[in-house]
Amino acid sequence: MLRFIGRRLLIAIPTLFLVITVAFFMMRAAPGSPFDGERKLSPEIEANVMAKYGMDRPLHEQYAAYLVGVVQGDLGPSLKYKDKSVLQILQENYRVSLTLGLSAIILATIIGVSLGVLAALRQNQTTDYVVMTIAILGVCIPTFVTAPVLVLVIASKLGWLPSAGWNGGALPNLILPIVVLTLPQVAIISRLTRAGMVEVLRSNYIRTARAKGLPENRIVRRHALRAAILPLVSYLGPAAAGLITGSLVVEKIFNLPGLGKFFVISALQRDYTVVMGMVIFYAALILILNLIADLLQAALDPRVRLS
Amino acid sequence: MTGTILTPGSRVGAETMEKAARGRSLWDDARRRLMRNKAAVGGMIVLGLLVLAAIIGPYFTPYAYDQINKDHVWAPPMTQGHLLGADSLGRDLLARLLTGLRVSLAIGLVATTVSLIIGVAWGAIAGYVGGRIDEIMMRIVDVLYSLPFIFFVILLMVTFGSNIILIFVAIGAVEWLTMSRIVRGQTLSLKHKEFVEAARAAGLGDGGIIAKHIIPNLLGPVVVYVTLTIPAVILAESFLSFLGLGVQPPMASLGTLIANGAQDMELAWWLLVFPSLTMVVTLMSFNFIGDGLRDAIDPKDR
Repeated sequence: MLRFIGRRLLIAIPTLFLVITVAFFMMRAAPGSPFDGERKLSPEIEANVMAKYGMDRPLHEQYAAYLVGVVQGDLGPSLKYKDKSVLQILQENYRVSLTLGLSAIILATIIGVSLGVLAALRQNQTTDYVVMTIAILGVCIPTFVTAPVLVLVIASKLGWLPSAGWNGGALPNLILPIVVLTLPQVAIISRLTRAGMVEVLRSNYIRTARAKGLPENRIVRRHALRAAILPLVSYLGPAAAGLITGSLVVEKIFNLPGLGKFFVISALQRDYTVVMGMVIFYAALILILNLIADLLQAALDPRVRLS
Repeated sequence: MTGTILTPGSRVGAETMEKAARGRSLWDDARRRLMRNKAAVGGMIVLGLLVLAAIIGPYFTPYAYDQINKDHVWAPPMTQGHLLGADSLGRDLLARLLTGLRVSLAIGLVATTVSLIIGVAWGAIAGYVGGRIDEIMMRIVDVLYSLPFIFFVILLMVTFGSNIILIFVAIGAVEWLTMSRIVRGQTLSLKHKEFVEAARAAGLGDGGIIAKHIIPNLLGPVVVYVTLTIPAVILAESFLSFLGLGVQPPMASLGTLIANGAQDMELAWWLLVFPSLTMVVTLMSFNFIGDGLRDAIDPKDR
């Protein structure tokens, strides 16, 4: 177990290193600089600013200095937001993204698993077809379609919910963004659950349970469901990646002050350090979630060996 | 099948016997199963129409996709010769939609081809050579898998500006990972089959065996995955375009059209609704075809 974690961390570190390296040099290869403003800075001032952030040194030296900083937990200052460090910016903005992402994944799991189980139990009946149609629609209607359509209908025409803004995290402001993020996940989770459930219900130990005369309810809950939702665990990593991608769209449309919105703006403004910080943050997040998924899988399924 | 046995004189029965006499390949079987799948056939018909519309449609619209017309600003559908209305610059939505569809489909096709070539080559080599090289190659795939790829695509677009070739390459380079895993798995199980040994005994080299015996036998799962990759690529491009990083105006893709539609939806609902519908219908037909193909080809579900 510990050896497994150790080995995975040994892979994770070069991965992060690769992420940092590629992102660093890609960002620096981009034309333009963070100090291109509306007014052109005079060459002397620009040289001063560059020197202040150490950007007058050769690129490889900056790269080395940046790596040393990262190892010490220092992601550097923002180049656009004066007096703020990248860590501060991450701290100030992660809450919005975290609230949305967590709510969406929890909701999607509850709804998706219920729908998937329902569909599997009523295989090839109307319920099954309805659920699977919902699942197909959920996969085929992208977030950047559901978000504006919901805003148009529910916020603008009907006026039931606010169309944008964070408003300190008030519930009415949260509903639409969470719904938009949840829908595609519900689709995928219900499909995975249904597939797992259908397979498990056919297996021998379920037949044994039935032969013992256990009530159907108990068979489904205690015996089948446990095995059927195992594939969901390994979906944790991809789900997080999907939510992060979705949050880029949702935070833009609903004008929410989250990390996703920050990322695109910072990349366009060439705020090197902020972009780097976010790439590292998200890469680390996905690596950790994948590790947790593997550990959970092994803990829940005795057939899986950590090697 | 019981029905055909009980009534040997019926048309169905005769057809089955005739087929049996001629001998059916696995591909014939797959085709028959696919044709019996209504959703997949429906998907193929709709997709065929969409492709046709995207290829020849732009030549038949009364306006060009980039033709600005000040008097037609925000013309609703069915007015002033605009079947689907016009946008904030008075450009015809139908013409823009057909052009956008063409661009999106082209990106889907080209980027998928890129991912296909990389993925099949990578997976086939790793699976065939095996051992240490296999381990290293698949470890690289694992590492790439765990990266937040969309960020790299965004960085790439920001860094080098949005040109269409780069979109092809960037998305294609992202999508090959799953393909290589599928191909590797299949190759591993194929390489110990008798016909591969026979080919080796007959003196065929490794390259020849991969090209002539391994890759043709990978076709089934690869075809299925390709039909599911195309919509994923179209989605990825539209996602980039939606963030303003993809296809640049006056050129259009489904993503840019939806993005513009979302901006102006309070004034002109048609700018959002029609591109969104086109997008959803396109993605759905690809998914139906892909699912149908998988059911038809994948021996596991028979």
